[in-house]
Order: sequence, then structure tokens, then C-alpha cells
Amino acid sequence: MTVQEVGSPRKRSEDARLITGRTRWTDNMTPAGTLHIAFLRSPHAHARITGVDTAPAKDRPGVVAVFSGRDLAAEQGSLPCAWVVTDDMKHPDHPPMAVEEVRYVGEPVACVVARDKAAAVDALEEIDVDYEPMSAVVDMEAAIADGADLVHDDLETNKSYTWVFENGDLDAAMRDAPVVLERRYVQQRLIPTAMEPRSVLCVPEGDEYTLYSATQIPHILRLMLATVTEIPEHRIRVVAPDVGGGFGSKLQVYGEEVIALLLARRLGRPVKWTETRSEGNMTVHHGRDQIQRITLAAERDGRIRGLKVDLLADMGAYLMLVTPGIPLLGAFMFNGIYKMDALSFTCTGVFTTKTPTDAYRGAGRPEATYAIERMMDELAAELGLDPIEVRRRNWIEHEEFPYETIAGLTYDSGNYEAATAKALELFEYDKLRAEQSDRRERQDPVQLGIGVSTFTEMCGLAPSRVLGSLSYGAGGWEHAAVRVLPSGKVEVVTGSSAHGQGHETAWAQITADRLGVPFEDVKVLHGDTAISHKGMDTYGSRSLAVGGVALFSACEKVVDKARKVAAHLLEAAEQDLEFTGGRFSVRGVQEEGRTLQEVALAAFAAHDLPDGIEPSLDSDATFDPDNFSFPHGTHLCAAEVDTETGMVKLRKYVAVDDVGKVVNPLIVEGQVHGGLAQGIAQALYEEAVYDADGNLTTTTMADYLIPSAADLPSFTTDRTETPATSNPMGVKGVGEAGTIASTPAVVNAIVDALRPHGVHDVPMPCSPERVWRAMRAEDKPAASEPGAGGGLGSAGGAQ
Amino acid sequence: MPRIRVEVDGTTYEDDVEPRLLLVHYLRERLGKVGTPVGCDTSNCGACTVLMDGVSVKSCSVLAVQADGRDVTTVEGLGAGGGTHPMQRAFHEEHALQCGYCTPGMIMASLDLLRENADPSEDEVREGLEGNLCRCTGYQNIVKAVRRAAGEMREPGRQEVTP
Amino acid sequence: MIPATFDYVRPTSVDDACRALADAGEDAKVLAGGQSLMPLLRMRLAIPDALIDLDRLDGLREIRDDGDSLVIGAMATHHQVMRDPLVREHAPLLARATETVADPAVRHRGTFGGSVAHADPAGDLPAVALALDAVLVVRSVRGEREIPASEFFVDWMTTSMEPDELLVGVRVPKMGSGWGVHYEKFHRTAQAWAIVGVACAVRRNGDGVEEARVALTNMGPTPVRAHSVEVAVRGAGSEDAFRTAAAQAAAGTEPPTDLHGSSEYRTHLATVLTARALAAAVG
Repeated sequence: MTVQEVGSPRKRSEDARLITGRTRWTDNMTPAGTLHIAFLRSPHAHARITGVDTAPAKDRPGVVAVFSGRDLAAEQGSLPCAWVVTDDMKHPDHPPMAVEEVRYVGEPVACVVARDKAAAVDALEEIDVDYEPMSAVVDMEAAIADGADLVHDDLETNKSYTWVFENGDLDAAMRDAPVVLERRYVQQRLIPTAMEPRSVLCVPEGDEYTLYSATQIPHILRLMLATVTEIPEHRIRVVAPDVGGGFGSKLQVYGEEVIALLLARRLGRPVKWTETRSEGNMTVHHGRDQIQRITLAAERDGRIRGLKVDLLADMGAYLMLVTPGIPLLGAFMFNGIYKMDALSFTCTGVFTTKTPTDAYRGAGRPEATYAIERMMDELAAELGLDPIEVRRRNWIEHEEFPYETIAGLTYDSGNYEAATAKALELFEYDKLRAEQSDRRERQDPVQLGIGVSTFTEMCGLAPSRVLGSLSYGAGGWEHAAVRVLPSGKVEVVTGSSAHGQGHETAWAQITADRLGVPFEDVKVLHGDTAISHKGMDTYGSRSLAVGGVALFSACEKVVDKARKVAAHLLEAAEQDLEFTGGRFSVRGVQEEGRTLQEVALAAFAAHDLPDGIEPSLDSDATFDPDNFSFPHGTHLCAAEVDTETGMVKLRKYVAVDDVGKVVNPLIVEGQVHGGLAQGIAQALYEEAVYDADGNLTTTTMADYLIPSAADLPSFTTDRTETPATSNPMGVKGVGEAGTIASTPAVVNAIVDALRPHGVHDVPMPCSPERVWRAMRAEDKPAASEPGAGGGLGSAGGAQ
Repeated sequence: MPRIRVEVDGTTYEDDVEPRLLLVHYLRERLGKVGTPVGCDTSNCGACTVLMDGVSVKSCSVLAVQADGRDVTTVEGLGAGGGTHPMQRAFHEEHALQCGYCTPGMIMASLDLLRENADPSEDEVREGLEGNLCRCTGYQNIVKAVRRAAGEMREPGRQEVTP
Repeated sequence: MIPATFDYVRPTSVDDACRALADAGEDAKVLAGGQSLMPLLRMRLAIPDALIDLDRLDGLREIRDDGDSLVIGAMATHHQVMRDPLVREHAPLLARATETVADPAVRHRGTFGGSVAHADPAGDLPAVALALDAVLVVRSVRGEREIPASEFFVDWMTTSMEPDELLVGVRVPKMGSGWGVHYEKFHRTAQAWAIVGVACAVRRNGDGVEEARVALTNMGPTPVRAHSVEVAVRGAGSEDAFRTAAAQAAAGTEPPTDLHGSSEYRTHLATVLTARALAAAVG
């Protein structure tokens, strides 16, 4: 003692089991007597189910039971949507297994329960389903046109809702504006692709159920399962054991989870289901999928007057847990780090016969950041300014914090100048600009582009008050408990549920510092509703900024109580005690003292406690922030673009992030790296592609391109540190920052490389063909699509 | 059903297997060796990578019956006497894992890489791991870990690369 | 996913394998390295009645010198081929192209013979076989015959082998001295299939190209030999000249349109990549 734990790059304690294969993935668990479930899924994007014959499947060897959606109709309920964004939002029923109609390819229609997986899968082929095909509704713009085929006939429209936010006088800002830029950007649909496929195991014990699931949200899942199935909440225990990544995809209440619970109840035996990757690509909720029409008005000197945002957001076939709210999480971020007089945001949620969308890393904020950061580069190009300079003329200066933005948020702290200065230096910006000019002059077939992204985001979801004002179905607080065991070892319980974020390490670091106990003496417990009785789980970069702060307060409570006991034992006044290095002593009298462990034992024995003090030092606390956290940063990307083939190669990537105070720099850097990889992948590689009949054509990893080590560059990362003022630790979220910042940085670099070719947009993902076509489109302006930037609807042949 | 005899992580097993049983399912479901996970169905992700007769294979693309008479090493078989292998330690030291789902396959593929090239450059590591996907780390720390392990394993007196 | 059930046969001699294939009829599949077939089985895109596994035919893993040519056993793995000293010396184009196939673990199982017999036009090695004028040695209970690569690939994933015939080896003529080779593979991610690939070998004579072989990956239902380029490039010695010669690369091809590239784009790529391959092969 005493090492300062917070701020030190502590190696993760959770690694021990993960590097040795002694893991507890849901699919690793098969209690005796477990039955296996396999789902039959719709091959149609849209069809009426006119009959399901399960009899032949029931006769297959090893098959215990077969159910169609109709067989479970009375008990399966409807999957929940917890975010009713407007009073008149259209919200269709969503049975876990389809009963009358299927509305996306992959929707479950029946299931087999068998003694082993192979028997279950074999029997699927014996189920006979009669479908009457209906029209697929694939394209959002067509879906909202008059006379469009409907996804849900009874709703009489494909519009779920229209949500509007306005502040400032947009008309005034637009009127006579010297510069008005209109652009249309498409946020392609993405498949989150956590490495661990979904898996659920439900073990019945009498009328109680333990449901193990590869989920990010054991607490929310328990409540929702109880609501959907009407099994009382206290009869359900949800465990999220080791969970192999989520990125939002496991922030969901999935039909398969509901069905597993119902089947465990019906059959009285453990049941398990694990998806295959191709099954998952069709049925794990997708992310992004917006069409953005952006209008920006500015002065000739580059100062922004106002911004108008008109979104179409693809909901897919149904509204899932927070589907309709995802674009709204971006509503307040379109203004980015910039000052302006007016903002208008309109979003229409649209039903299509595709997999439902929902949260994917960044959830609404990457889309918004992409739009504004692309627009800033367009503005710079329009005015002949350096993209850094145009940002500088608009951004909030560090003296201006706290700053209330045009979107009504109060950014508590930030220093965009510092982060940008550091990034420019690391990037060797001037040197690369010189190389760019040189290549342009030489007409080098490989052109160099520099992309800028100066971003912020709102995370640390979220102040409950704000969530309430947005009609979200729950609060945004987090819970922590500290149990000081008689031996002086410490158990920490957190309501946040890690799936790769390293809570077991970071939470122990916080605890070790606050309680003055060795790091190794702290055990962090999470992901089990029987152990952590309340929590709001993990998403929206909230774990540290909300849950970590709850732990910070819970530790304070332990120390406060221990101080009372120690004062009693030392026969001293509380105010005369100091607590350093885990030991209470009378100020000025170092020899006499009691360690926290000694106090814990005394509090456990309870032989001699002060009046009114209950035994044990245990504490719990919740933290409900009064503001979001606003990490920010400056990302710079250099891309080489082969003008003959359209191939893009990232040459250099510098990310300077400001996430406030840092608990574990190793973990923070890792989060940034991973975020960058996913954001770059959106820019260059990934897209869920549907054909005109509504078939997903990217069902496997051979077609949905996840980059490997060979496809990504080495990143240069650094930080500035501007503490958050909205929590006592000064911390901000980091989980999504890299993803949010990097996509526009990459696309800006590609467009920058090709500006001399007349290119001002390349739709994502910027496949070689799209880059090549963007250059050709500019050669033939007649082919341009109005307002479409580069004039490209889609990659040739990709549909 | 064919009968196979296979050595896995130093233990010999004899089992009757359905011909269609994949090696990875044999490991997980018959032998309880759940340290090797499955991440896809097209042999793209590499999560299930094991060594068979000392070289890396994707155990989802090998039938159990094809492992008859072979020697299979999984992540659970690394590290003599309950310790950890330098590669495992390097992954820990360099924070080369987050959720950890790709880690067993990544470690096994990395061992295979060093078997062929004891001192790989950064680019060689990246190319060598092209068949193993990770969604959390952005690979940067994985590359560092492999090079760190390579350095340690080249030290005089170290055993050769194979586990 | 789990494959559907099948009868499994693991012959221990080529004769046994041929007999098994003859007995099994048309719904049998031959399993070589399995790196293409296993995913198809798992996703039940292939549901054969019988699987004839060549895994234990060690004799077919041999790579031997046969005078003017190498004979590469059908079960020689990619890993083996790309490292083999005979291949590196006498068929360096094959070694180079094989290095770009999939990833190390797949290359440990996947085989040259399997890739060629699978005849996927997006695969890298069929084009190489075509460029090298390889001869496919096939055997059945009816005997052995040799099929030139130019007559082997007849349609999309279809070869001129009869259903009872087994590919046992590939005869690759030795290149001799003075040849430069290159395989130009254009793909979006390291794992992805080639959008277009160009297998190229050129024999130099002084400043110019005296002889060239060029074949294209994924420019049609079969690999395609770019004969017009081979003629046009004779005598070429500069990048401009290669470019001019390569302008004909896509002539007569029927490139597909799929998720990763349109027919039009592939047509364009073929010319760019062929010019680059020629330049790289000349060195």
C-alpha cells in the first residue's frame, strides 16, 4: 500500500478464465435432462400463415414436442416496446412466434424440442407450413408513399410515428443565408455481430425459473419476461453469465427468450437454444438504417446559422425494446460541438418487412455525428476553408462551458481546442497535407485524403428525469452494493452487467482506492438478479459514469459507518479520525489505529458497537446523474484511394479522446480501439443487404464483411482529460466514442481524396465499386441523383 | 456408428460418433471441453480454432471422425502443470481480449503462426490472423500480444513454440 | 448448424475410393479438405446421401517431379503446395496464388485438388490451373484419363468429370527459366473471395514479353483464359504497353453481378488488374 488504483493500467482479473477456456458462456451449460430447441423460421418477407402441420415432426426420433405460434398463442403474449415516443405511435402486436402472418425473413413460426440439437434440427424439415405470400415492403421511401403495400394491414399506414424537435427560428436562419447546403446521407443497415451468438437456457424448479441468457440486460429482461408471460417477477431469476459481446444487440427481449421460459414451464425440464450465425444475422436486431436529409445554412465566413434534419428511420417489421427511440438519441447530437441559432429535427419511423432495428453501438449518435461531421467538411469545401478551420469557427470554446446547446442539452465540460491541437500534432497534419498536394499535382493514381471528425456525444444513459420527459419506460439510475466480509475481504455488487467491458477490474480498482483495501481483496459480482437485486444493466456507455459512481457512493457509505465504529473502538471523536491507506487513526496519533478490516470484524461480531449502529459495514447506493456525460475528441484519418480501382486503404488514424477522469487507461484504450474498428467497418465494409423480395442476402460472415486484423491499420490513440462536472468522479462514458467518431473521419478522408475528381460523397459502405462509381458519376453529372451528394443510390449490383 | 480414438489435451478418448458430428461439437458436447466456442457456420470467424497434429484447424470444418487417430490441442490443454502458456499470459498482459469469446481461437491461431515464424512483424501477425475475427479489440492489442509472446518464447532455454 | 445425416465412407486406397464412388451413385459427395464442403453441409445447402472422405489417402498428398511436369496429388493441402520446394521452383505462380487462399487454418485442411474439382469460379486456383495449362488426372473404376484444364471447367461449379470419376492429381507443366509470375487478387477484406483475380505468367526476352499466360478469376461461370491479352502483350515492355494489351482482358467474358461487384465493375477491374499483373510479373 498504497498504490493509487484509479488511473493505473491494472491488468484485468476477468482474463484468467477467458484465456484458459474456463468460461461460462450460456451454451457451455447443459444441466442433466436438458432438452434442445430449434426454430423453424419464415422463408418469406411477408406472408399469411394458412396452416402449420407439426404432426410428422412430432413422430421423429428424439422429438419431445413441437409447437407452432398458434399452439402458444394464449400464453406467449407480445414482445415489449418500452419506448412509446409519441402518444399516437403505431405499435403493432409482436408475438414471439408468428401466429397469422410473418413479416420478415427469419421470423420464428414453429419450434421443435428434442433430446439433442441434431434431432431438433432434423425434425424442422418435417414441419409443413402453408404460406400465402404477400408483398414485401423493402424500401422506406416507397413504404411511405401513397398506396404503398402495408406491413401491418390493421395500422393502415407504414408510418409508426413522426417526432419533432425544434429550437430557434429556423426560417430566419435559412432565409437569405449566404450558404445553404442540402445533402442526403444513407446510414446503411448494420448487423451488430457480437462474437458470441445468442443463447438461452431456462431451468425450471417447481414454479420458479432460472433463465440464463447471453444478454446485456438481466434486470430489464426479468421484468419484461414477467410482464409478457405473467409469471410473477419474483419467480424468475435471470443470469447473464459470461457474455461474449453485445454492442446493443443483446439489449433486447427476444422471442426465443420468452419461448424458452414458456417451454420450461410446459415441459418441466431445462430447455436450451443457441443460434447459429446465419440464424442470428436474420434475427438479432439490426442497427442504423436511416435516410437523412440535412440542410445547413451558414454565413460566408463559415459560421453556421441553422440546421434542418429530416430523417426516415427503418423500424423493420416490429417495434422491439427501444426501437422507436434510437433515432431520438441522435436528435440532440446533430448540432455536434457547434454553436448555431436554430435546429429543426423531424424523424419518421417506418415499418418495412425486414428484421427489426434497435440499438447498435452508439445508437442514434453515430448517425447524427456522421451527418454533422460530413456537413462540416462539405461546408469547408464549399467555402474553400480548411476543415479544421471551419470547425474552429463554430465550436464551443473551452471558456464557454457549461454551455447550453441549441438542442437544449447542457454540455458540462470539454476542451475541443486541446484535443484538436494534440491530434494535429500526432497526425503530422501539415506534412500529410503537403503530401496530398504533391500527389494531386503528380496526378498520382493513388490519391491521399484527410478526414476530420471533431465529435462529442451524449452518453452515460441517463438522467431518469430526462428519460421520463422522452417517454422512455424506465429510469436511468444505477445501483451498487458493498459487502465487507468478516475477514475483511470485500464483495461488490453492481447492477451494471459487463460483457467485455472489464467491470470486475475497474470496479475493484475504485473500491480498493476508496476503502484502502488491496485490489486482490475485492470481488465484483454482477449479472445475476438473485445477487444483484436491482440494476439498469449495460448500454449507452453508462456503466462507469452511472454504475461506477454508484459504487463510489456506496464505498463512501462504508467508510462513513466504519468511521463511527472506529471512533467508538478508539474512544475518539469521529471528527478527530483520519482515514488513510485503509486505516483509521486519531489525527496526529499514528500508532493507535484500526484498519478497515479490523473495524469490519468488530462490526460483524457486534460485541461492542456504538448505540444505534447495526452490525456489518455493508452499504448500498444508487446514482441517478443529473446530466449525461459528454465525451469528445478529435479523430483524424488519412486514406489512400486508388483512383483506378476505388480501393481505399487507411494509412494513418489518430484518435485523441477526452473521456474525463480515467479509472483504467488500458481498458479505455481498448474500448477506443474496438470502437474505431466498428466505426471504420461501417464506413468501409459492413452492410445488411436485402433483395427486392425482402430476402437478406448477407446471412453469413462470408457476405457480411467483418474486418480482420489484416484489414485494419494500427491506431494512434491519446487523450486529453477534462473532468466531467456532473459526477463526483469526473468520469465520462467511453464505450461508444470510437464508433461514433470514426465513421465520418473515414468517409471525409475518402471524399477529401477525390474532391479534385468532383466527388462530394460516397455512400457507405465505401466499397471499391462505390468509390469508382462516385468518380464516374461526377464525370457524367446527368447521372446524379438530386440531393444525393455523390449521386449514388446504391452500389451497382449490390441489391 | 464409426468408433474413433483421439487424444485431446493429453487424454485419450474412444467414442462412437455419428459421421456428421463436427469436431467442435464432439469436443464441447461429448468431452465437455467447452473452452472452444463456436462463432459462425462458414468457417470465417476462427473462434473454434484448435491444433490437430500440431497445426491449426477450424474445428467446425472437421468431422469428429476425421480426428480419429489424431492429437488435438485446445486452449484448455495449454500451459504445463496448471500454469499458463506464454501466449495466454501475453494476451492478459497486453489487454488483448475484452469479451473473450474469440480468445481461445485467437490464441491457438497465434501459436500456429509462431510455429512457422518465430519473430513475425506486425504485418505478418495481422496477415497470419486473417482467419480469426474479433469484434471487441480492433486487433491492435492482439498484435502486440502475439509479438510479446514471440519475444518471450524465443528466449534461450524456452521450449519450442508448440504447447 | 448441423449437417444432415449421410453414409460415411473412408477408403484407404484410391481403388476403394473409386469403387465407393461408383457404388454410391449421383448423390454422393467427395470430401477432400472439406473447407468449402463443410460449410455447405452445415448449412444444409448440400445434403448428400454419402460422403466419401479422402482424408486417409496419404498417397494423394504427394507432390512429385515427373520430368517435364510436376504431379500434385489431389489431396496436397494448400499449405503443403505453397511451401513445397518443387512447386516454388517449377510452378511459382501456383505457390503465390495459393498463399492468398483463405487463411492459415483453412490452408492446413483445404487441398489443391479439392479447389480445382469444386470449380468455383471465385476460387483462386482454377484460374491458375488454366493459366498453367495444367492437366487434371481423373480416375474411376473404368480407368484413368487426363483432362486439360481448358476442357475441365465447363460451367458454374461444374467440371467435365463424370459422376463416378475422382480427381487424383494435377499435372502442372514446369515453367522453365525466364518466367515471371504474379497473382493479382482484388478483394474487399482479407477473407473475402476475389472480386476479380488475375493469374499471370510472362516470359521475358530482352526488353519485351515473349510469351504470356493470363487467366481470370470470377469473370464468368468458369475461370477464363485471356487469350487476346496473351497475344496483344507480345513484345510489350512498358507499363503503357501492358495497359494497352490489358484493355482486351474482359473480352468475351461474362462476369457476374453479385453483392461485391457488378458485371460492369468487374469488366473495368479486369483491365486494370491485368495491366498490374503483367507489370508485376515482368518485375
